[in-house]
Amino acid sequence: MSTRMTRRKMIATAVTAAAGVSGVGAAARIANRYGLIPPDHQGLYGVGETLTYAAQRVLTSGHSLAREFNRSQISPVAPVNGDPPTTESYLRHLDGAFAEWRLPIDGLVSRPASLSLADLKGMPSRSHITMQACEEGWSFIAEWTGAPLSSVLEMVGAAPQAKYVFFFCYDDWFESIDMADALHPQTLIAYGMNGQDLPPEHGAPARLKLPRQLGYKNLKYLSRITVTDTVNGVGKGLGGGAPEAGYSWYAGI
Amino acid sequence: MRHSLLVRITHWITAMSVAGLLVSGVAILIAHPRLYWGETGSVETSSLIDLPLTLTFGHSGWGRYLHFLSAWTIVLTGVVYVVSGFLTGHFRRHLLPSAEAASHYEPLQRLAYLVVVFALLPLIVLTGLAMSPAVTSVMPWLATMSGGHQSARTIHFFAAVAVTLFVIGHVTMVIVAGFAARVLAMITGGHETAQERV
Repeated sequence: MSTRMTRRKMIATAVTAAAGVSGVGAAARIANRYGLIPPDHQGLYGVGETLTYAAQRVLTSGHSLAREFNRSQISPVAPVNGDPPTTESYLRHLDGAFAEWRLPIDGLVSRPASLSLADLKGMPSRSHITMQACEEGWSFIAEWTGAPLSSVLEMVGAAPQAKYVFFFCYDDWFESIDMADALHPQTLIAYGMNGQDLPPEHGAPARLKLPRQLGYKNLKYLSRITVTDTVNGVGKGLGGGAPEAGYSWYAGI
Repeated sequence: MRHSLLVRITHWITAMSVAGLLVSGVAILIAHPRLYWGETGSVETSSLIDLPLTLTFGHSGWGRYLHFLSAWTIVLTGVVYVVSGFLTGHFRRHLLPSAEAASHYEPLQRLAYLVVVFALLPLIVLTGLAMSPAVTSVMPWLATMSGGHQSARTIHFFAAVAVTLFVIGHVTMVIVAGFAARVLAMITGGHETAQERV
């Protein structure tokens, strides 16, 4: 009796374990299919990161909007981390009021383009008063104005197999975002802040504004945009400078 | 009182998670050891409290990775513990101060456990989520109910202080009650008397 119970228990355990392993395998395939695995999913920290990214992607499906605020809530002073680039090319554009500045958009697009600041300002614009929260803990509210990234991607004809949009900057920083954020209505190539041109310390001439993620994903001093279907081949293949520096790729929390 | 296997396993996973959360919480906090009330706050605004901690950069990267790994671990473990606690009558028999069942726990001690499980930890999770710009895009009430993004951060901090005080009190009582025997009881389950088996 007892041996039979033990054998039955063993079989049940083996079946459960097999189901568990194949279940995890199936879950991983489904998660990958629906874009629920972040580039920095490796290792023990990657487990937590994948849970966070997958949970937030499932939760925020359907273009939920980041909280927007009243004009009276705009912070009188907006602090920054770090100074504008001092490279020769950036200083030359700054001196020339960015008249010669161009933003190439290439990669998996059918009509690669190189947009001037005037081109960007000529596109239908969107403004929102949103919070920028730093992972360090501080936050401020400002009004941002720019061209929705979705309009820019539509203009250049981003391919259906596109999975990531990479952003490169004059300070040699780079990051990528997924298509859910790239096509989100609040995601802007922002050239205006609080009704003025974007000041150099806030990323002139144009920066990424991504109000559903923390400050460090909102890259400043944009120099190039590239649409890809993989994070491999760019830097160390982790999807950006933040994960290479030990910070999570997805910064929705 | 004999600890059930489920209580023992969830206890130690929770203990490791709390350690991970406290260490990583401090690693994140020292990048900006100032607390505010309302939506915004920075070096350009006045603070509610300036914590006496040395401003230290460079630890929030691993700090945030460890914080969210530990947070997922404690939340998933907590769900298992709470659901099974109701199903097995663990809360009713062992932790409700009015319960008549045999137990070595004093009413205040029982109340402390219930407050941590059903008030403090949920409050920490909710104020943590209230700081997420993605989560509040779906549930803006989390932030507004907290009094704003920075208020959520401040509440999150003081709730963590309260949990730390509970941990100190808990470990002190374990030491007073006989450290080795109590810790062993939480690992092996401990003795079971004939009366308690009923």
